[in-house]
Amino acid sequence: VSTVAERRLYGIAALFDNVEKVLSASRAVVNKGYRSFDTYTPYPVHGLDNVMKLKRSRIGIVTLVVGLIGVVSLVLFTWWTNSVDYPLVIGGKPYFAWPSYVPLMFEMGVLFGAVSTVVALLAIWLGLPRNSHPLHDTEFQKRVSDDRFGICIEAEDALFDEKRTLEFLRSLGAETVDPIYFEAERITLKQRVLDPKFILAIVVVAIVSSGTTYFGLNKMLLIRPWSSLTNQAKVLPESGSEFYPDGFAMRPPVQGTVARSEMPDEFTASDLASAGKFLRNPLLPTPHVMKVGERDFNTYCSPCHGYFADGDSRLQGQFPSPPSLHADSLLRAPDGLYYSVITSGFQGIMPAYSRQIPRDERWAIIWYIRALQKSQNAEATISK
Amino acid sequence: MSVSEQVDATKLRNVPSSYSIAGWILLVLGVLLTAISFAINSKHASFSLIMTLTFVGTIGIGALFWVGVEYVSSAVWSTALRRPFEFVAGVIPFLIVLALPLLLNMRTVFEWTHRMLYKDNPELLLKAPYLNVPFFIIRTIVVFMVWWLFYHLITANSRKQDGTQDQRLTARNVKLSAGFMPIFALTLTVFSIDWLMSLTPNWFSTIFGVYLFAGSALAAMAFATLLIVKLNEKSLFPVKLTPDHYYNLGAFLFAFVNFWAYIGFSQFMLQWYGNLREETLWYIPRMHGSWAIVSIALVLVEFLIPFFLLITKPAKMDPRRLVFVSIWLLVAHAIDVYWMVVPAYDPGHAVFELSEVAFIILSVGILLSVFAYKAKGNNMVPIGDPKLQRGLEFHL
Repeated sequence: VSTVAERRLYGIAALFDNVEKVLSASRAVVNKGYRSFDTYTPYPVHGLDNVMKLKRSRIGIVTLVVGLIGVVSLVLFTWWTNSVDYPLVIGGKPYFAWPSYVPLMFEMGVLFGAVSTVVALLAIWLGLPRNSHPLHDTEFQKRVSDDRFGICIEAEDALFDEKRTLEFLRSLGAETVDPIYFEAERITLKQRVLDPKFILAIVVVAIVSSGTTYFGLNKMLLIRPWSSLTNQAKVLPESGSEFYPDGFAMRPPVQGTVARSEMPDEFTASDLASAGKFLRNPLLPTPHVMKVGERDFNTYCSPCHGYFADGDSRLQGQFPSPPSLHADSLLRAPDGLYYSVITSGFQGIMPAYSRQIPRDERWAIIWYIRALQKSQNAEATISK
Repeated sequence: MSVSEQVDATKLRNVPSSYSIAGWILLVLGVLLTAISFAINSKHASFSLIMTLTFVGTIGIGALFWVGVEYVSSAVWSTALRRPFEFVAGVIPFLIVLALPLLLNMRTVFEWTHRMLYKDNPELLLKAPYLNVPFFIIRTIVVFMVWWLFYHLITANSRKQDGTQDQRLTARNVKLSAGFMPIFALTLTVFSIDWLMSLTPNWFSTIFGVYLFAGSALAAMAFATLLIVKLNEKSLFPVKLTPDHYYNLGAFLFAFVNFWAYIGFSQFMLQWYGNLREETLWYIPRMHGSWAIVSIALVLVEFLIPFFLLITKPAKMDPRRLVFVSIWLLVAHAIDVYWMVVPAYDPGHAVFELSEVAFIILSVGILLSVFAYKAKGNNMVPIGDPKLQRGLEFHL
């Protein structure tokens, strides 16, 4: 139970019944020299800020500075993730492909600017975490948010004097003039952003929200009934099957059979001589075979060997340079040797192509190489 | 206060003769320099004439666009400022004169007129139903005639209202302007494709018309702002303009600086990211050598610097700032036009020779002399407009 002695004066509030009166009264209050006062209207009144001689709001500085911080942090984030921490070529672009991040920079600038503006307004101008105000629940507050216009001169003003301020407001044509009291124990007018209770509340909210997010995404999704996407009736790598008694997921092929695409190659790279001796090109150099050979040569071979098999390719300098296929020893080398090298690679420098190029296409490539060799080593003769 | 008390009748046709003298001197000088540059290098001079046509044309049609926007949106703040826009739009009838030497001489600038190139360039064959000489000439004449028609009808109604004060003329102009808006969008796109994109005939871009519109509206607003603020600060304007009027001019400049950058960047980023030959071929010369410097300068001059020059509220109301930024943005638009046109002439070097000087002097000469001529013969404020009263009392 509070007594009158504990109640402190917040200010003197006057109500006016039309907008013209409150405008002229505000002008008079300013001209009298009062600074700590506010005018309350149920709707925005144009020109009121000029009458009250309010200074320009500086909230824009918060928006600009924090917005720019948002832009800069996005630049640093994209730069660090894409070109330092995990460099990854995307779409053939440089690691730090800044034009594609400009929309993100814009978005982050807007997001940081907007959120910081709202938070700054709440914190600085409304005094968050203050959750009460001397004017709350007063008759004055109810009327100025309904059908009256009000002026409240606050007690902290240097010119404030309870009696004279009251008389002054009455002389301006106010309908009612009332002092506003508040209980100092219950309401504090100080800024309380650093209040330990407020900070504790923020910390608790942060821990709870991040904890539930972590639990939800990392734990909950692996528990029934949310785990239907992670638990599927199939055998994962490195795990056994319960379906077959031997634990295998599939039946192995029948002994002695060969899958169509898995035809083993008779000779490996270590036995080039045998390959050259025993392997023959099974294809005939038809126009179709030559076309396939040309396409595959240009796709798989030309990056290093060059389009004319000269060994002067567009990747020269980035990979070991292969020899020219027009060297004498290679002109004389049998088809089987070429086949074995394409299939298994060569001396750890040229990679194996058995996985990329099907068997028949390897033979087609060899026909195309033969055609290239003929075309590049033709004798200059004059036909008569 | 009634309108007649607020309008100083002695100042209605009060444009100083220095405007028309300077305009005529620059015009004659510009014609002379253009003729000389034609004698030196007719190809280079033809590109310079395309720049002049684009610069003057975009400012003229952009000004008519702002007049139309005022009617369509029933804006009142700009009613007292509408006449300078109408005067600037007065260059529209002369565009065909600028285009004529180019129409007679198309083979020097337009690669696609050479049919022998089609064998090596099958895309041109696909575009040939649109890009052919007779259709090009028809389109150009139709576009300029349509612009001239709307310019003539809208400004004639506006002028007639000075004497009759007939409110029905405003209603008629609202209908005309509403019809003009989609036609403006279509014709400006056709203009941008014909005179700028077809300089690089293999290039594809679906946003280029909008890009030219952004620059057009911005440059027209900048030129009109420059004239309005200059005249008002020397108290030559027949009515008293307030900082609130200035604020709206500055806000539109600020908005269109951003819009121009947004459209320009959208075009760049999509084509850069897609990395398709038919799109990047326009940007590749502009990203290398001295053209790269022009490209970077363009971003700074037409976006970043004016963005910060105009961002605050006091800046948008400050007459000195507005004059400075308006001139700045006109220079930026000239660089923009240079950047759109000249790489087709010399992809390797950002050339700046007599032809470019002729472009600047001729453009300023045409714009200034036409404005001075129109301002001498017409009232600077639409004194019969029913919205004028509210326009003069405009407050933010």
